[in-house]
Amino acid sequence: MIDRRDFCKKALLIAGGMAIPLSALELFDPKRLLAEKNDPSPTRWAFLVDTHKCVGCGFCVKACKIENEIPYDANVTRTWVERYIVARDGKTYIDSPKGGRDGFTTPKIDQGVEHQTEVRNEDIEKAFFVPKLCNQCDNPPCVQVCPVGATYQTADGVVLVDRSWCIGCGYCIMGCPYGVRFFHPVYHVAEKCNFCYHRISKGMKTACVDACPFGARRIGNLKNPNDPVTKVIMTERVGVLKEEYGTKPQVFYVGLSREVK
Amino acid sequence: MKSHVWRPLYIVLGVIVLVMLAKAILVPKDFGIGERGYMYGWHRKGNEADWKAVKVKYKTMDYCKECHQDKYDDLRQSPHAAIQCENCHGPALDHPDDPPTLTIDRHRDLCIRCHARLPYNGSGRGAIRGITPETHHPEAECVLCHYPHNPKLEAKR
Repeated sequence: MIDRRDFCKKALLIAGGMAIPLSALELFDPKRLLAEKNDPSPTRWAFLVDTHKCVGCGFCVKACKIENEIPYDANVTRTWVERYIVARDGKTYIDSPKGGRDGFTTPKIDQGVEHQTEVRNEDIEKAFFVPKLCNQCDNPPCVQVCPVGATYQTADGVVLVDRSWCIGCGYCIMGCPYGVRFFHPVYHVAEKCNFCYHRISKGMKTACVDACPFGARRIGNLKNPNDPVTKVIMTERVGVLKEEYGTKPQVFYVGLSREVK
Repeated sequence: MKSHVWRPLYIVLGVIVLVMLAKAILVPKDFGIGERGYMYGWHRKGNEADWKAVKVKYKTMDYCKECHQDKYDDLRQSPHAAIQCENCHGPALDHPDDPPTLTIDRHRDLCIRCHARLPYNGSGRGAIRGITPETHHPEAECVLCHYPHNPKLEAKR
């Protein structure tokens, strides 16, 4: 028979014993304390695309390919521009010839090899351009699936690929829901947009942002509340791509349409 | 304990030592968890510097105007003010040291990127003055008649 004193003692002991490991995890995680007290990085890069302003000139794609040494005529690119044409009959036509590198210069819609179609101007319900690039997700699935630690997220939120460490297994290329990754034709390793890390870390803008004459592409620091891009993201109506995947993209779009995936 | 227990154990210990040795030699010293923790931050720290060291090729208009102030002024007062020099002339790289001259591309393809008429309502494209490239003097370079640095001015030749 257990007496009251014993019962209280043991109950307290068990409750205390159970609480210690929990509290040890919760209270003494140095990473978390550091994150809360003094943030290791004063920057969190975010991108803002205004689809109303994009005219499909493709200067961003051209500049990106040259700046980042992606072979110019290879059918791969870190960023690209898509054209959406929604016809009155409800059909949606999407094309991006050469990733939009040479701009959109004809009403003919590229529908694969040697096949083009055209929607008459009076049959167009709406038409617009959508630039795409790496979303630098806060929860990047491409990083989770890397078996060797060759792709990772920096303190300022940019996802990079270590070319000397990548084994070329291609998991990340399959894992990206946005299809922004590809094999570099020269280095034969995974390749992706990195917000021109060599430029933004020097205080410059990305090559595509500089090349855009219409202000459709902008880059900013989410941790600076006075940054004009941050202000737009916080106070205006912006959307992200494939929000339901839980990847938390850091590329925000103004003027998204339901046809855009 | 008997030796038939110890012998395989020695082999296992040997394998473990070998793996540890290989790890010590092959894994770079700066490999570890970065600021983003085990899930997203597992990487070789030195790679961040590798990416930062990539050469900047597009130097922007501010670099061009140091020498080409006249062209810059022309451009700034024109409807083309927002277009970077390097969009048409190519990346500055280390010009004027390397390359000494940039190619001057007078091809129509550059102009029709914006000025091929596409009357799209959901985009700024619809508001840009455009032509149909197939019918608008298809044989001629645009710069024969239009001055690209300020298309509002008469042609300079």
